[in-house]
Amino acid sequence: MEILYVLIPLGLLVLGVAIWGFIWAVKTGQFDDMEGPAHRILMDDDDIRIPTRNPEKTLHEQKSEKK
Amino acid sequence: MNGENEENCFHCSLPVPKNTTYHVEIDGVEHAMCCPGCQAVAKAIVDGGLTSFYQYRTDTSPTARAAVPEVLQELTLYDKPELQRTFVSTDDKNVKQASLILEGIVCAACVWLNERHISALPGVIEFRVNYSSHRARVRWDDTQIHLSDILQAIVSIGYLAHPFDAGRQEEVYKKERSHALKRLAIAGLGAIQVMMLAVALYAGDYSGMDAGLEHFMRWISLLIATPVVFYSARSFFSSAWRDLKVRQLGMDVPVSLAIGLAYAASCWATITRSGEVYFDSVTMFTFFLLAGRFLEMGARQKAGQAAEELVKLLPAMATRITDGGDETIAVSELLTGDKVRIKPGDSVPADGVILEGRSSIDESLLTGESHPLAKTIDDKVIGGTVNIESPLVIEVQEVGEDTVLASIQRLLDRAQLEKPSIAKTADKVAAVFVGFLLVLVSLVAAWWWQHDPDQAFWIALSLLVVTCPCALSLATPAAMTAATGSLTRLGVLTTRGHALETLAKVTHVVLDKTGTLTQGRLALESIDVFSEIDKQQCINIAAALELGSEHPVAKVFLHEADVPNSIAAEEVEAIPGQGVTALIKGVRYRLGNACYVEGGVKAPFNHAGGAEQPKHATEIYLANEDQLLAVFYLSDELREQAAESVQALKALGKQVWLVSGDNEEAVSYIAGQVGIENTRYSMKPEDKLAVIHELQANGEIVAMIGDGVNDAPVLAAAQVSIAMGGGTQLAQASADMVLLSEHLPHLVDAIKMARRSVDIVHQNLAWALIYNVLALPLASMGYIAPWMAAIGMSASSLVVVLNALRLNKSVDT
Repeated sequence: MEILYVLIPLGLLVLGVAIWGFIWAVKTGQFDDMEGPAHRILMDDDDIRIPTRNPEKTLHEQKSEKK
Repeated sequence: MNGENEENCFHCSLPVPKNTTYHVEIDGVEHAMCCPGCQAVAKAIVDGGLTSFYQYRTDTSPTARAAVPEVLQELTLYDKPELQRTFVSTDDKNVKQASLILEGIVCAACVWLNERHISALPGVIEFRVNYSSHRARVRWDDTQIHLSDILQAIVSIGYLAHPFDAGRQEEVYKKERSHALKRLAIAGLGAIQVMMLAVALYAGDYSGMDAGLEHFMRWISLLIATPVVFYSARSFFSSAWRDLKVRQLGMDVPVSLAIGLAYAASCWATITRSGEVYFDSVTMFTFFLLAGRFLEMGARQKAGQAAEELVKLLPAMATRITDGGDETIAVSELLTGDKVRIKPGDSVPADGVILEGRSSIDESLLTGESHPLAKTIDDKVIGGTVNIESPLVIEVQEVGEDTVLASIQRLLDRAQLEKPSIAKTADKVAAVFVGFLLVLVSLVAAWWWQHDPDQAFWIALSLLVVTCPCALSLATPAAMTAATGSLTRLGVLTTRGHALETLAKVTHVVLDKTGTLTQGRLALESIDVFSEIDKQQCINIAAALELGSEHPVAKVFLHEADVPNSIAAEEVEAIPGQGVTALIKGVRYRLGNACYVEGGVKAPFNHAGGAEQPKHATEIYLANEDQLLAVFYLSDELREQAAESVQALKALGKQVWLVSGDNEEAVSYIAGQVGIENTRYSMKPEDKLAVIHELQANGEIVAMIGDGVNDAPVLAAAQVSIAMGGGTQLAQASADMVLLSEHLPHLVDAIKMARRSVDIVHQNLAWALIYNVLALPLASMGYIAPWMAAIGMSASSLVVVLNALRLNKSVDT
């Protein structure tokens, strides 16, 4: 069981990293808005990047085709 | 998706008026729009390549107001350095930063739309919208773009932005929140680690463990528990110290005692290699308590933020009339004696007296009066009220601190200070219990010191641990957190900790009328017709006359008229406070009050014997030049199930009062409809306050339910208060609970839930006390080993928490 003398301090180190990470997240404002990001991730302007039947077309052409 | 029905506006879903041709092509399909405002906004969205907004949105957008050039012109005032001083901070030489309150955000797609549109402007460095608080933070390069351009861009896509001074409260809240989060995280992570080691230690106790390893694990636990106690639990210690300084024994005293002593004893045990350690209990206990307080803080901050939005009642700008013509200035620059022009639809910037013009003023927010009042020369107007019909010129009489609005705010501050507090049951029990415990422990320790000095310390310690008031101090927060959670799901937001406990003890429920018992808006109740023209046709004529008017009466007709309305009016002329006249197919019609309409009819009019006439309602007459056509009866509609809710409140043994700023007739009519016997009418905010104080002087516990600015001081003074979700922000900020659903039966549910949670609290307290009373003599006699004390302590806390979780079930039982 001597390995515990190494593993437990190692666990402490991980704990320290976790706490540091959390404090960093709080400081950089990642907990300021708890609702927005959940929605934001679903709304990205990636329509024009979704491949269409004719991949040679430029982005601009695809856009005008949509209209 | 909205808009499949071509008769509704694709942007805001309101019916599209007949004979209008507003269209916008979105993704290749022509969509109908109801007004130029919506058309312009939809066009701006399409032009910006942001049509995905219409796919993403989950709610309909608010109707866009046409961006009048003057409004846009007004925004340029925000570029003035004097005005910017209060809300703009300069980061770099040219980079400026401001906080905005956004109006019109209804779903996440709105956030997306705003961020995409504004970030794309050249010169905008950063634009972030906080979805929870509807605040935005913008940074821009002042050499490339001005603040007014940004505000205009927001207006162009159908939202409104007000700059506000984020410096004060916002920063405080943010600090408080991040501190609480850090404390919670450290306590949580620490608790997990210590618990892991504790399991190993308990197992080691049972099956034997290498003494060196055990000692090592204890030291590690000590190491982890130390920051939890000294950082996370510090708030408990400091507030316990505050309590002690004013010679009180609040709940934080036993909490600190438990955490402090268990930690100290465990340290002693670790250092001297003797006894037992309780680091697991210490950290877990801290974590649970902090979690409860974090949730409570979140709700409180949300309500507090609303208070800042009060500034929106007063406009930021005013049009001052000077010898050199009109000039637009900041309201804060207004002086007594200034002449100010107020456009229809604008708020009155300060208290004053009318010099020119006549119009109707909507004072409902300040006085509770349900109908707009006709005002003319020499009448007084109050800052914060809304001018409805036609332009006015007023002379400013009071500014700043002297205005009615400011005095209501002062009244509110004072009421909050004077609020009678109801001592919390748990605090009272804790005070007695802790006092008793401390005396007992010293007696027991003294006795053992005499008889067996070696044993004395350990017995005193296990006595303290076994009687640790964990269960006692968790009893209330656990039950309250669970009850608050299930109420929130019902749409009742609890913003202050004491609210539920007080609500359960309430003897009097005082209701406001306008906006609380009623919808706060007029509705058509009945019609009498006096010619061959049928009722619906009369409504359509009235709607045609009122098309384009902002008056609340107009909205009623527009709401009731056929869509599309085939009648079009010409030469519309509105006479403020009187009525409106117009030509329809060559016939002149008049719509308005009896006096005005009678003046335009050749035959004397006889409307006696109207079959449908209700007593309390506002009467609106419609006539052509020959005869009276119809009388419309408008009244403020009761909320759904208002009468049932009042009856249910009475069935619960509460006295129900109706206290309103409206006139006697309107109040007694509503009271009769819902079955309230105790009424007070024509009450100013200070009168309402007096009513509450009188009840309180008789020892009654009052719950106040209201919605307007005029209710705010009363809400603050009542022992427990509930604001309507659709009411003003100030009312919500001064209330203990907010009825977000605006569904009155939920009020009854909330009282029932409050009673149940108080029952649960009592059960929990009883259990905690029984456990402690049983354990006390055993521990005093030295029969309880410290490990038994630890298990007993955890088990008693667990029982309390599980009991509280029963509150999560449905409300009706």
